[in-house]
Amino acid sequence: MTDPSAREDIPITADEDVVRVRQVVRAYAQRAKLGLVDQTKLVTATSELARNTLIYGGGGTATVRLVTEGRRQGVSARFHDEGPGIPDTELALTDGWTSGGGMGLGLSGARRLVDEFELDTEAGRGTTVTVVKWSR
Amino acid sequence: MERIPILKIGDVLLASIQIDLQDRDVLALQEDLAERISETGAHGVILDITAVDIVDSFIGRMFATIAATSRLFDAHTVVVGMRPAVAITLVELGLTLGEVRTALDLEKGLAILAELGEQAPR
Amino acid sequence: MTTESGRSDNLAALLRDRAETLTARWVELSAAPLKGRLSVAELDRELTELYSVLLAAVETGNRDAHGSAFADVRALLSDISRRRARAGFTPTETAIGVFALKQAFFELVDRAEGAGLGDVVVLSQLLDALGLWTFESYARAREEVIDEQAEQLLELTTPVVKLWDGVLAVPLVGTLDSARTQVVMEKLLESLVSTGAAHAIIDITGVLAVDTQVAQHLLKTVMAARLMGAECTISGIRPHIAQTIVGLGIEFGDIPTKASLADALRHALKRSGVDFVRADGRR
Repeated sequence: MTDPSAREDIPITADEDVVRVRQVVRAYAQRAKLGLVDQTKLVTATSELARNTLIYGGGGTATVRLVTEGRRQGVSARFHDEGPGIPDTELALTDGWTSGGGMGLGLSGARRLVDEFELDTEAGRGTTVTVVKWSR
Repeated sequence: MERIPILKIGDVLLASIQIDLQDRDVLALQEDLAERISETGAHGVILDITAVDIVDSFIGRMFATIAATSRLFDAHTVVVGMRPAVAITLVELGLTLGEVRTALDLEKGLAILAELGEQAPR
Repeated sequence: MTTESGRSDNLAALLRDRAETLTARWVELSAAPLKGRLSVAELDRELTELYSVLLAAVETGNRDAHGSAFADVRALLSDISRRRARAGFTPTETAIGVFALKQAFFELVDRAEGAGLGDVVVLSQLLDALGLWTFESYARAREEVIDEQAEQLLELTTPVVKLWDGVLAVPLVGTLDSARTQVVMEKLLESLVSTGAAHAIIDITGVLAVDTQVAQHLLKTVMAARLMGAECTISGIRPHIAQTIVGLGIEFGDIPTKASLADALRHALKRSGVDFVRADGRR
């Protein structure tokens, strides 16, 4: 991908940045020609992840980009923070588990809403979550 | 941030969400509604989300919280106008809305509240 | 591949000088296998345009068919292939248009009208590459046609019908796959919004088999309808499908299921306060 508009970085440092992430992801999902339901699923997943980055990671960056594979188009969103990391990823991906008073659906719920989900984290090293949703 | 206006129609409070919700808008709405219910003695709350294009777990939790809070004041909460894509996403997300009742539109929401009001005379 | 630009061959001059002879012969050769399905005038217009674009590209000195110099040629070829694919021409009939120029050129060389072996090789390579490009564009266009048809078929086979005021139904027929179920379900939920119907019936009498994924989609639809404030009934579950569902360990839980569409309709109407009474007063 050389098209500069096929990628956007969004710093996540405050509440309104979560809304900004949703809007950017929505715009990219439309460009990738995702159906309305898939758009909504992706935007919802990234909203959860952006909030995680803000609350548990102490802020970070979201990188949204268009991706292609053969004839498929999709949107990838990567959330990176340099916060405390997640010591037990197994547990963090379990429904109902929460460390922050939420409903514990953030990570596990987001994973169900996307086609690809990658979690890279270690206690003390920060967290990177990458999700991809493909057009059907 | 803007506060979401809460209208009073008879003994029903109506909050129509027309903005892209930030978390603090959600919290503010929760507080405002609790205050208005106790102030007015309303027997029902309608949250109109016709214009809302995503509901994540935070926003979904607000619905459940508002419903639970309103029950403390003997009022019921109905969420109206949820879009199909939002509903499908919430099911996939695994979110349940607790005591929240739902209706396709405002009119049906008011009908549900009227019915619930009759069942429990006060 | 000869990619060096500015290479000193005679190609540009040849193609320019012999334009008329070559295009005429090209059109002639291309027209034959199409057996009149495309008028000669039309073909002439297409190929003359293609020839001029090709000539312009060759004149840049670049000889890489995939390079930027040939972008216009490729675009035009894609266009033509797309039209051919949609009009039902075979891949051979489509690509022959490119290869025919090669033959026309060989004939020219044969008559020893100033073309050298080097020119033949270079043009051959170019046209081979462009011919392959044509094949690919053709295949892509065909795939698009297939996708469109699949979509149309989906629309045709999944009507959402109104049974009564406030009661919608989707009669599902045939084999349900996950993609189709998803589309149907989205359509049903959309219809709930557009009609304001508070009851929906998914009738699966005509469904031959249900797998885990499809059953999950059905369940999720019922739950989504509920979140929207509508009630959804599933009717017409055949015995062996019921067994599958139980065998798969899928919980239908408190989702209302009815044996037949009629039962489901009666249930939906009862819920909305309508009752059936025969004209003579008996039920």
